Amino acid sequence: MSGLIAIPTEADAPPVSIRVRERGAEGPSVERPAGREHVFEIERLSAWYGGAQALRDITLQIPRNRVTAIIGPSGCGKSTLIRCLDRMNDLIPTFRLSGRILYHGDDIYAPGSDAVALRRHIGMVFQKPNPFPKSIFDNVAFGPRVNGYTGDLRTLVEGALQRAALWDEVKDKLGTSGLALSGGQQQRLCIARALAVEPDVLLMDEPCSALDPIATYRIEELISDLAREYSIVIVTHNMQQASRVSDHTAFLLSGEERIGELVEFGATRDLFTTPRDERTEAYITGRFG
Amino acid sequence: MATSTGTLAAVARWRPRLATRRRNGRAFLVLCLAATAIGILSLLVLLGDTAMKGVPQLSWDFLTSYPSRSASRSGVLSAAVGTLYLALIVMAVAFPVGIATAVYLEEYARPGLLNRVVQTNIGNLAGVPSIIYGMLGLAVFVRAMSLQRSLLAGGLTIALLVLPIVIINAQEALRAVPSSLRHASLALGATRWETTWHHVLPAALPGILTGTILALSRAIGEAAPIILISSIAFIAFLPDGLLDSFTVLPIQIFIWVSKPQEEFHAIAASAILVLLALLLTLNAVAIFVRDRSRRSTQW
Repeated sequence: MSGLIAIPTEADAPPVSIRVRERGAEGPSVERPAGREHVFEIERLSAWYGGAQALRDITLQIPRNRVTAIIGPSGCGKSTLIRCLDRMNDLIPTFRLSGRILYHGDDIYAPGSDAVALRRHIGMVFQKPNPFPKSIFDNVAFGPRVNGYTGDLRTLVEGALQRAALWDEVKDKLGTSGLALSGGQQQRLCIARALAVEPDVLLMDEPCSALDPIATYRIEELISDLAREYSIVIVTHNMQQASRVSDHTAFLLSGEERIGELVEFGATRDLFTTPRDERTEAYITGRFG
Repeated sequence: MATSTGTLAAVARWRPRLATRRRNGRAFLVLCLAATAIGILSLLVLLGDTAMKGVPQLSWDFLTSYPSRSASRSGVLSAAVGTLYLALIVMAVAFPVGIATAVYLEEYARPGLLNRVVQTNIGNLAGVPSIIYGMLGLAVFVRAMSLQRSLLAGGLTIALLVLPIVIINAQEALRAVPSSLRHASLALGATRWETTWHHVLPAALPGILTGTILALSRAIGEAAPIILISSIAFIAFLPDGLLDSFTVLPIQIFIWVSKPQEEFHAIAASAILVLLALLLTLNAVAIFVRDRSRRSTQW
């Protein structure tokens, strides 16, 4: 019986060679604005949900205009960490943290710091595509509208859809519901929606986990394109994906107490070829996780 | 088939009793059908009886006349108009206040002791006998706020009465909105208010309106609190303003039924039919609005 039906898994992804992105010193550094080297500086971050600690003592600098992947097994706190960066965890009443997160040098958790103002600069793409139950146009236009965009909305929406590589597929049906699109298109719509407010950072929390391999491949291509203009942080449990799309990788792991800790952080190429920590090596060679 | 490969010994260990289990299933189905029939049949009998008694007196004159000493010249105009006005006041008050309360409890309030106390209270208020609301209305609106026995006092009282129904249903509807929708909006830099107004409320509106339909039906049918609020007398005029005295259909029905003469019992049945028609019309409007709002949200 078995063998007749091949169940597609991530291992069966289309024949994309696993390569490590080559975009180092010779890469386009022209777009990089002058100023700080790092978009986020995370200093001794610990986080709790009620009494349960989720992260311990994470110190990590996220480079500007690069793709940073956060990898690790389920439950290691990857999502908690990325949701700290745009203060989405604020929505959970029992959540609290210690330590500091600097965004361009400003402590985003300092008293008086405004989460709404922060999120306007930090786009987020979620695990499951979550378009608004509205037209494709309104999905993309919502962010600019609430944030007081004064230019031509149509041009902006078109530009965002183009950057998300979705324009050609939807240009004739901007009035139809965003939910009528396929899963992969929905996720690209969500990326377009995030890009429409002209953010500085794009956070992606396992953006491909609900998608088939082809749609995953398209999103990964898109990430590579977007990396020229944006700082991107991507959480993924798929190591091939991390190695394909990212410049830097952070490996998180939680031990017996289920508290996530940073095991290793470095250039993706180094981390995948010559890991410094034996736990990293065990994980990337598939011995656990 | 797997069973054909099972050994005799394995088969002996199982006693499927399929016939018994199927019979039990059928028995349960019959029980459920019987329970459903009780409700539907008694409703049909009631409706049929009322229609037989009431339809002969229904006429344009009956709808456009005021109550009178003689049953044959009596009509429901003041009561029907009073009921309609009352429904409008109840909606104007209970709908915004109820939804705002639900939005606060679901979207803003942090879970804690206070929230639990409020929640429990709202649940209990929904179960308080309506006559108690009548007494509250009498004390607060009629006396303390000296609104007298007016349409406004009655409307506010009934609005309080149905408020818990509106709140609880609106809360259910808000809770059913997936949190991914809120996250999507907040992540774009929208405020909590913008998120609620543009995404959460439109998505919850059909559910909220379902609660409103229930509340409206309750409001229109209530007699007990109105007995305390309105002056049970001949109201042979239409209320001109919010502070005029008024009567409603359930009260008119109550008055006619309590009279000894047969003819009044007959026109009471006619008034019940008018009340039903009014109720169905108002609900139809609410259902129409709900279906429109469903379509505007492009799920």
